[in-house]
Amino acid sequence: MSDYISHDHEHDGIDRRGFLKCMAWAGTGVLWTVSGGVLASKTLAEIAKTGTPLPATDLSFLQISDSHIGFNKDANKDVTETFKIALDRINAMPTPPSFLIHTGDITQLSKPEEFDTFDQVLKSCRTKDVFYVPGEHDVLNDGGKLYRERYLKSVEAKGSGWYSFNKNGVHFIGLVNVLDLQAGGLGQLGDEQLEWLEADVKGLGADTPVVVFAHIPLWTVYPQWGWGTSDSERALGYLKRFGSVTVLNGHIHQVLQKVEGNVTFHTAMSTAFPQPAPGTAPSPGPMKVPAEKLRSLLGLTNVEYKQGKTALAIIDSNLS
Amino acid sequence: MTTLISRIRITALLCSISFSSLSALAGETKDAGGGGAMENRIEIKDFAFNPQTLKVKSGEKITWVNRDEEPHTIVSVEKQFKKSSALDTDQEFTITAGAPGTYTYFCSVHPKMTGTIVVEK
Repeated sequence: MSDYISHDHEHDGIDRRGFLKCMAWAGTGVLWTVSGGVLASKTLAEIAKTGTPLPATDLSFLQISDSHIGFNKDANKDVTETFKIALDRINAMPTPPSFLIHTGDITQLSKPEEFDTFDQVLKSCRTKDVFYVPGEHDVLNDGGKLYRERYLKSVEAKGSGWYSFNKNGVHFIGLVNVLDLQAGGLGQLGDEQLEWLEADVKGLGADTPVVVFAHIPLWTVYPQWGWGTSDSERALGYLKRFGSVTVLNGHIHQVLQKVEGNVTFHTAMSTAFPQPAPGTAPSPGPMKVPAEKLRSLLGLTNVEYKQGKTALAIIDSNLS
Repeated sequence: MTTLISRIRITALLCSISFSSLSALAGETKDAGGGGAMENRIEIKDFAFNPQTLKVKSGEKITWVNRDEEPHTIVSVEKQFKKSSALDTDQEFTITAGAPGTYTYFCSVHPKMTGTIVVEK
């Protein structure tokens, strides 16, 4: 297989092989801190052992992704239960997150009853504020109409469902890259959304921390499996002048991270089932693992922001 | 990457030389079971259509069956036949081949998945 040079904004010649060397594959809870583009990590177990408290933060929020309510195959016969466990973990946090971000694939087949189950289970979560972006599984048959009615009304979403908001001086942008996909292509944002994005960030100071969230990765993780967004480079171009950009995605059901200049790309675990690491199986899709291993490959992502610090701390923890 | 995608799109366009449409008489989705003609079947497995190119005679039926644990769709690139709904595991979608020509299609959920039907007289 030939190497594939995908995003190379820095013209540093980082190709797929180079990316694979610097990506992070984490099956256990890991604290990521990024300072000046240097990545350092500590496992949650290490933090617990040394008793080092997490630094005080001005804002913490939690990313949850790929619940796939309705999926019932061998890879996880009870995705509702593992989703519940994820919510229990959130409820047990000593400092509850300010809000949740769900990065898509709430359901397996976009069925109203699957959305109903999700909404019902979510009621048990102590954190009530949730911001959503759709996954392709949420918009299967109606172009996302039902999804928009359920999850995007309160944020006054534009176009097919994109929007932005501010919290504690951080600018959040929810993007949609799972609709109107083209034959042979990847995820797609489209001209209308990109024009909106350019205008949305125009008036912001370069020192405003920016968090972008969307379902399919906004960096080219593995194009052979469709794990990327065809026009994400244009979106990232509008964000290049900012000192701190954090991009949070789902879709691939595993933790991968890459730092490129001031941009940190991060993908979250699913709460439903894992998928193979890029290129390690004939295709993507639900991956069956021994029952006792499943929960170690499902999880959540906590993100913390402290004013004055350039980068956000990203902590992944599994459901073991 | 843009170049690669453009090339695929152009290829897709070139392939779709016929303006006639496949008749979507059946256009139905159902669970795979016994019965029905076994010929002209396209299996969806490991995020691919097999065979990727299928030759049929005009008037024959073509049936896709999804053997993945992921939902897939069948959508004509040039909107020449009715698209399927999302097929869950073991669900089928059937159309009847119309006028001779070459028809390209893809899965709108996983657009990397593409296939071609060649309809002969």
